[in-house]
Amino acid sequence: MAWFKKERKPRSSERVKLEIPADAWEKCDECGHIDIKERFVQALSVCPKCGHHRRISAQEYIDVLVDEGSWHELDVKLRSADPLAFESYKDRVQVAYKKAGELDAVRTGYARLHGQPVNLAVMDFAFMGGSMGSVVGEKVARLAQRSAEKGIPLMIVSASGGARMQEGALSLMQMAKTSVVIAELARKGIPFISILTNPTTGGVSASYAMQGDVIIAEPGAVVGFAGPRVIKQTIGQDLPEGFQTAEFLVEHGMVDMVVPRGELRDTTAQLLRHMAGRRPVEAAD
Amino acid sequence: MPTYSLDFERPLLEIERQIEELKKLGGDHGDELAALERQLAALRADVYKTLTPMQRVQVARHPKRPYTLDYLRTVFTDFVELHGDRLFRDDPALVAGWARLDGQTVMVIGHQKGRDTKENLRRNFAMAHPEGYRKALRLMQLAEKFHAPVITLVDTPGAYPGLGAEERGQAEAIARNLLAMASLRTPIITAVIGEGGSGGALAIGVADRVVMFENSVYSVISPEGCAAILWKDAGQKERAAEALKLTATDLLDLGVIDEIISEPPGGAHSDPDAAAQALGESLRRHLRQLARVRIEKLLKRREEKYLSMGAFIEK
Ligand SMILES: [Zn+2]
Repeated sequence: MAWFKKERKPRSSERVKLEIPADAWEKCDECGHIDIKERFVQALSVCPKCGHHRRISAQEYIDVLVDEGSWHELDVKLRSADPLAFESYKDRVQVAYKKAGELDAVRTGYARLHGQPVNLAVMDFAFMGGSMGSVVGEKVARLAQRSAEKGIPLMIVSASGGARMQEGALSLMQMAKTSVVIAELARKGIPFISILTNPTTGGVSASYAMQGDVIIAEPGAVVGFAGPRVIKQTIGQDLPEGFQTAEFLVEHGMVDMVVPRGELRDTTAQLLRHMAGRRPVEAAD
Repeated sequence: MPTYSLDFERPLLEIERQIEELKKLGGDHGDELAALERQLAALRADVYKTLTPMQRVQVARHPKRPYTLDYLRTVFTDFVELHGDRLFRDDPALVAGWARLDGQTVMVIGHQKGRDTKENLRRNFAMAHPEGYRKALRLMQLAEKFHAPVITLVDTPGAYPGLGAEERGQAEAIARNLLAMASLRTPIITAVIGEGGSGGALAIGVADRVVMFENSVYSVISPEGCAAILWKDAGQKERAAEALKLTATDLLDLGVIDEIISEPPGGAHSDPDAAAQALGESLRRHLRQLARVRIEKLLKRREEKYLSMGAFIEK
C-alpha cells in the first residue's frame, strides 16, 4: 500500500531551511537527492526521489515486518567461539559487538505478521559483513527446527557477504547444517519465505537464501554466488550494467519478485495466507 | 622422468636423476643403485612427513595427482558416463555415471581437472557451472530411483565465478543440491581426493560419510583468497593456509570429516595404484556399513551429523 509514498503537504522550503539545523538533512547516496532526514526515516530509508534502498539494521527490518509488540527474541546467549584459534578473530568479534551488538550476524525470534504466527530471522550486515559462522548457522537451524516442530512458517531476511573465513570449514558446514533443517520443513510442507537484501552473496546465497518456497528481493539488491569484484577479476572486464541486481535475477528466473521495503509486510502476509493451505492450523506461539 | 615438480620435491628429483643416469650407463651398478633407491625412499618419506599446510595444498593441486576419471578406471569397473543436466548443456568440469564397486552398482559423481592446458580449458579447471551441479543432482536422483548408493569425488578449486554461471543461478544450483542431498533416500559417501574448494565442493559433498586423502585439503576459501582479503596480500598464502585449518588432520579434529585415507609416502601421485587401493578399501568398507542401515535411520543420522557441526559458546 506504500503509505510512505504519500506526500505530506510541502511546507515552504524557505521556512524549512530556516527551521531545521544542517544535520537534519540527508543525502541519497544513489541520486544525490537532498531531503529532510525525517522523510528518509518515514520512507524506511528508501530515497523519496529515486527509490534507492539504503541498508537498514536488523531491528529496523523486525519493525518493518512484524505486528507491533509481537516480537520475542530467541537464542540471545549464543556467542562465537574461536575454534581455529584464528589470528585476531577474537578482536574482530569484540569490535563487531561494539558496532552491532552481541547477537552476532543474525537475530532470530517469533512474532506475528497480520496476526499469523511466524518465525523470523534477520541477518545483520553490520556484524562482520553478515558473515555466517557457527552462531549464525546454529541460530538459523534452531529457528527452522522450531518451525518444523510447531508448524509455523519460517521467514529469513538475508544480508551477507558469505561464510565467515575465521571459522574455516566449520562455517562452510553451516550451509549443510541449515539445509538439513530446511529440507525437513520442505518434507513437512511448512512454508519458508526468503527475503534477499543488499548484498546476499557467497555461502548464504548458496544455501538458505536461495532455498525459499518463495524468494523475494529488495529493489537494487545485489544477489549472487560470487561477489562482483571476484567476477570482474576472473573475467578481466567490467560487469554489464545492472548485473546481479534483484531486477536481473527476476528476469533470469532466479527469484519470484522484487518488492519495495514498504510493501514487504503486506506481501509476505499475503503469501503466508496463500501457503497456509493444508498445514495443521493449531499453530500457536 | 617427471616434467613438473614442487619446490620441496627438488631434492628428490636430483636423486631420481642420478638413478636414471646410472641405469643408462649399463653394466653392474647394483649396489650403488640400491643405495640411491634407499636414499630416495628415506628422503621422500622424510619430506612428506613434515609438509606444511601450504605444501599440502600444493600436493593436493599436483598436476600428476590422480583425478576422478583415473579412480573410475582403477577403483571402479563398468563405468558408463552419463551427460547433461537436461536444461542447458553438459558440463565437462564434472563427470558422472554408473559404475560398479564391490559387486554392486553405484553412481559416481566427481569434479574433473584436465591433464594439459587444452583439456583444462575444456574442463574449466574443474570449476563447475550451475549445469554441472544440476547434472549431479539429476544423477543423484536417478541413483535414488534405482536404490544405488552415491559416491562423490571432490576435487575442485571452487564453483566458477563467471557471467554465465551467475546468470544461470550458481547460488541456486548449489543451494538446491544441499537441500536434495539432505533428503536423498540412498547412502552417500564423499571422498575428497584433491582440492575441496568451498561451496563448489560442498555442492556434491553432503554425505553420510566424508573421507579425505591425507594430502587433500578442504577449505571455505583458498589460502590465496583468504590472504588477499584479510591482509591485502595474496603472497601471505602460507600464513592463511596455516590459519584456515584445511588439512585432513585438522578437519578430522573439527568433526567435519569421518576418516583420513593414508597416501603412499611420496603422495598419491608417486604411486597412483597404491592410492587407488587405499581409496577402494575405504569406500567398500563404508558402503558395506551403510548398506546395513535402514533408510529412515540413515537420514536421521545424516541430519544429526550436520546439526552437530559448529563451535559456539552458550552463556
Ligand atoms: Zn535517490
